[in-house]
Amino acid sequence: MKSSYREALRAGIRDAMIRDERVFLMGEDVGAYGGSFAVSLGLLEEFGPERIRDTPLSESGFVGAGIGAALGGMRPIVEIMTVNFSLLALDQIVNNAASLLHMSGGQFNVPIVIRMTTGAGRQLGAQHSHSLEGWFAHIPGLRILAPATLADARGMVWPALQDPDPVLIFEHGSLYNVTGELDDDAGPVDIDTAAVRRPGADITLITYGGTLPAVLDAAGQLAAEGIDAEVLDLRTLRPLDEASILASVRRTHRAVVVDEGWRSGSISAEISARITENAFYDLDAPVGRVCSAEVPIPYSKHMELAALPSVDRIITASRQAVSAGG
Amino acid sequence: MTGPLEPPPRALDPAHGRHLLLQMLRVRRLEEKCVELYSAAKIRGFLHVYIGEEAVAAGVLESLEPEDAILATYREHGHALLRGVPAGAILAEMYGHVEGCCRGRGGSMHLFDAATRFYGGNAIVAGGLPLAVGMALADKMSGRSRATVCFFGEGAVAEGEFHESLNLAALWQLPVLFCCENNLYAMGTALGRSESQTDMALKAASYEIAAWAVDGMDVLAVEDAARRAVEAVRAGGGPHFLELRTYRFRAHSMFDPERYRDKAEVAQWLERDPITLLRATMEAAGQLSAQEWDQLQAEADAEVSAAVEFAEAGTLEPVEDLTRFVYSERSAP
Repeated sequence: MKSSYREALRAGIRDAMIRDERVFLMGEDVGAYGGSFAVSLGLLEEFGPERIRDTPLSESGFVGAGIGAALGGMRPIVEIMTVNFSLLALDQIVNNAASLLHMSGGQFNVPIVIRMTTGAGRQLGAQHSHSLEGWFAHIPGLRILAPATLADARGMVWPALQDPDPVLIFEHGSLYNVTGELDDDAGPVDIDTAAVRRPGADITLITYGGTLPAVLDAAGQLAAEGIDAEVLDLRTLRPLDEASILASVRRTHRAVVVDEGWRSGSISAEISARITENAFYDLDAPVGRVCSAEVPIPYSKHMELAALPSVDRIITASRQAVSAGG
Repeated sequence: MTGPLEPPPRALDPAHGRHLLLQMLRVRRLEEKCVELYSAAKIRGFLHVYIGEEAVAAGVLESLEPEDAILATYREHGHALLRGVPAGAILAEMYGHVEGCCRGRGGSMHLFDAATRFYGGNAIVAGGLPLAVGMALADKMSGRSRATVCFFGEGAVAEGEFHESLNLAALWQLPVLFCCENNLYAMGTALGRSESQTDMALKAASYEIAAWAVDGMDVLAVEDAARRAVEAVRAGGGPHFLELRTYRFRAHSMFDPERYRDKAEVAQWLERDPITLLRATMEAAGQLSAQEWDQLQAEADAEVSAAVEFAEAGTLEPVEDLTRFVYSERSAP
């Protein structure tokens, strides 16, 4: 069936609401407004205001309340409008959700799911456009998901709710309108492993979330030049599926990491480090990286585009890796 | 509904009075021992003791049932003890021993106990308030008639999470009791230097929450107010707020030279020691003999001695367990 990424997310949430009465959705404008990005459109009518719960503009308050509700036996899905706003709730996410289990000696787990929009590309300026999922992937105790495909948008919510510990789901804003075919029987997916989206022999392009379409596009163009690129979609940023990353790099001997986050201290830095720590002697070239320019993302279209990873930059970095070394 | 409550009826049952005295003495003796053990380097990290404020925890916890939930601050040894966490497990936790209530991972500021529904032990000021709101939300959505009680200091009132939490609780009419332990100082910052409105109950009432100011040195007044508030909360009366006016007799922590308050002020509050006050009331009414008083003290002392013995005999968690419980080892129920 034809579906948008947005509709696939909604189907996943709806499925979870039907499967388990303890599941409820709460956040700013998830109900009467239909969701800031229309993900929850129609769910209020189906499930009512108790389970599709509009909140005031109180990110720390309602994220913390979600954590408390999870401690109290519910299975909340908390929606934060964008990752930039999640900074108002960092205390609750890091000091409570991620820490309670370890700090309490294993007594209190927090089965909460927090969804939020991430990323740039829509001329929204610096305070709505950042990609901070790599930051969250720094935190022990959290699981970080980045669905890049319709199947993952449809299928990640339920397994995230089954996880006894906090799960953050990052939805890239440029993906909501992506449409395509979704299997009629699409359902829960695994949330542990990376996926090879395009097999290849010459180089591994490692990415996740909103940059997957650009990477696939670049791989297609590289094929025309005789460069056979493998595209690895991380899907889960924490815990990283290191085995899949290393297995691919050991086959292709070259890697470029594509990440819309800033380069310094980023998830791309972590991946690059793990490759050099574990597969250094399998490499034929230094690990390359394509990241966002280290600036607050600007509004004007040409400047915003200049700041973000592009198909051209991915192709250039890939050519460099292939021509370098042995 | 705000401001002082009418004083409770003073027909005190002597057995109940002795019970409250014992509860406060248990906390006092445990805290005195903590200070001593800290000086002896048996306890490390930050240590914040509750001496002077015992009537607050003793009075409020007296009003709760086992199914209720409690969240407290980093000054929470007394709350944990009176909730039923064994003194030995509390002290062992501060020793960093695996026999502690959190396997020695939490320490003084992070006591947790699932068995008694004691949810910490939160060292982020106001960090527990949103959690309390969510736990109350879970109860309300599940149709359970039980209360979540959240303790915090008046310093937390300046945090954004206070505002967000009270607003949410009132908006959704949640079964939560907010207990503001107003000891007049946020570390070294006096209330008047941190809040434009120093009447905490009035502030809470502005959220359309029933809020009462209570003499936090009078355990009977605290218990009476808490019973009325918890009863209303359980009956679906929405959130309630108690401002418990109290005073911290000791320094904020073991690193506090107390430059910010006069010795005379401390001396004045010492005259309102909650244990001395109840003892005097009961003695004047002929409800407490010298022998009974000695017995209560002996009982509290014995409990603390046994706890020290338990903590001393404790062991260290194996280092191999360091990364356990970052993630769950079981499926969620």
